Amino acid sequence: MSETPSELKYVATHEWARLDDDGMVTVGISDHAQNALGDVVYVELPEIGQVIAGGEEAGVVESVKAASDIYAPIGGSVSVVNEKLDDTPEIVNEDPYGDGWFFKLTPDDTGDLGELLEAEAYQEVCDEEAL
Amino acid sequence: MPFIPHTQADVEAMLQQIGADSIDALFDEIPARLTNGRLDKVPEGMSELAMLELMQARADKDNGYACFLGAGSYDHHIPAAVWDLTARGEFYTAYTPYQAEASQGTLQLIFEYQTMMASLTGMEVSNASVYDGASGMAEAVLMAVRANKKNKSGAVLTAQSVHPHYRETTRNIVAHQGIELAELAMDDSGIVDVDDLGDVQPAAVVVQHPNFFGRLEAVDALTDWAHANDALVIAVVNPTSLALLKSPGQWGAEGADIVCGDGQPFGVPMASGGPSFGFICCKQQFVRQMPGRIIGRTEDLEGKVGYTLTLQAREQHIRRGKATSNICTNQGLLVTAGTIYMSLMGPQGIRETALTCHDKANRLCEKLVALPGVEALFDGPTFHEFAIRLPVPASLVIERMIESHILAGIALNDFVADRVDHAETALLVAVTEKRTELEIDAYAGVMAKVLKDMTKRV
Repeated sequence: MSETPSELKYVATHEWARLDDDGMVTVGISDHAQNALGDVVYVELPEIGQVIAGGEEAGVVESVKAASDIYAPIGGSVSVVNEKLDDTPEIVNEDPYGDGWFFKLTPDDTGDLGELLEAEAYQEVCDEEAL
Repeated sequence: MPFIPHTQADVEAMLQQIGADSIDALFDEIPARLTNGRLDKVPEGMSELAMLELMQARADKDNGYACFLGAGSYDHHIPAAVWDLTARGEFYTAYTPYQAEASQGTLQLIFEYQTMMASLTGMEVSNASVYDGASGMAEAVLMAVRANKKNKSGAVLTAQSVHPHYRETTRNIVAHQGIELAELAMDDSGIVDVDDLGDVQPAAVVVQHPNFFGRLEAVDALTDWAHANDALVIAVVNPTSLALLKSPGQWGAEGADIVCGDGQPFGVPMASGGPSFGFICCKQQFVRQMPGRIIGRTEDLEGKVGYTLTLQAREQHIRRGKATSNICTNQGLLVTAGTIYMSLMGPQGIRETALTCHDKANRLCEKLVALPGVEALFDGPTFHEFAIRLPVPASLVIERMIESHILAGIALNDFVADRVDHAETALLVAVTEKRTELEIDAYAGVMAKVLKDMTKRV
């Protein structure tokens, strides 16, 4: 059973988003996603300064099984990327909601977060996939 | 017997099942202007005996000529063991090894190939090969544009002295992928003018060394200039030459970023222009952008050494719709020959071959420029190929010299008519270790006679 912390917002494409105190939105992939992917071997991150619309492709995560696109949960410009992923992509598996975050956005409108899935709804998406 | 498993009855049953009138109807959606139409020029099949007679007669036409042709394909000696081993059943299969448990020999061979190519080019990684040198250059350009994080312009500067066929192939492959190809001008000495590099800010710069004319480029200055402008450096090289010249990994302060070229000089015969194999090597930091596949060495559960496909970051079955390379295979058989060639020759053997080629080419060049009306097309050092200016059209001299069983070289007019003044009188000559002193003397003697005859007539 994968973890789905209730304080985060989710997207059906398996990213999570968190509004930080400094107004930035941190993005990563869910525990369910890292579990389904298996050992992550490479993460292609967006460029700092890149402006991304909500739902737009923001990178690629590659595991021993597959390469999957990562989408921006909401629109904004990329402020920080997690450079630790270059050398230690396995932290995505070890700590998907902590050290294994992907990038931080300066959001266009924090209100967009309200349209994302709550933990419970996202968990249902995962449960359906498992069927 | 036809080697087709479906009988006419099978085909009709299948068509009926899916509700199609004919096999052609399955391809309806392809616009007629894109199809070749009927293959009327393909002759009827012939018996094995008749085919062998025909091919033997054609092969005989090649015999007895001293070959001074080059322009990317060279007449090197191939040790007999190369193709004896390559043609063994274990290697002589049609496809690439997906199944590690059934293909350890082939995988080990590719691993050794990669190791030797990386060492030769001074790069950290090599892929398992691509189709040929030209497709290697096109893939290197695509790779560089993807890999260059600092410059997203998609502009690529290619030296005018790069093989024209490589440049055409690259244009065909990359033109519709948002890449803009521009040229680095060549000066009067047949190399890129490092004092006149312009103010373009390219994502990548392509340099061939030795270049199409056999000339050596100012690779250190070019590499440093490119890096100072945040451009990646793509080196197109002849593998034989690397035994003498410094490896691209040592060009300038930081070395070239991607190295590609054609493996033909390593054990592949000059067979009607192909097939050959292409190589691509790069710095470790760009490995995720590399097309094709990489074989790795590992250990199994019992601690035994094993080989396996390790990385295919760009291929269609990995990236599906997001695949960024056409290369989804490698030139297994030709790479087998190339690897066995490298193993048999060793660094010393390749170095001696390269030195012999260089010496013999210099000797022939000296003899030729001593002839009345003949001069070097470009001044400056060359490897094993050089361009000369004749007092008469090169194509006519080539024809006359064939009568004396000498293939004198390539008429540059066929390749670079727009790059070289009076290209019709320019001849590109390559000399390998196979050319004997007798043949080199004969070349100079026959050319002297032919030129004398022709200029007298004029």
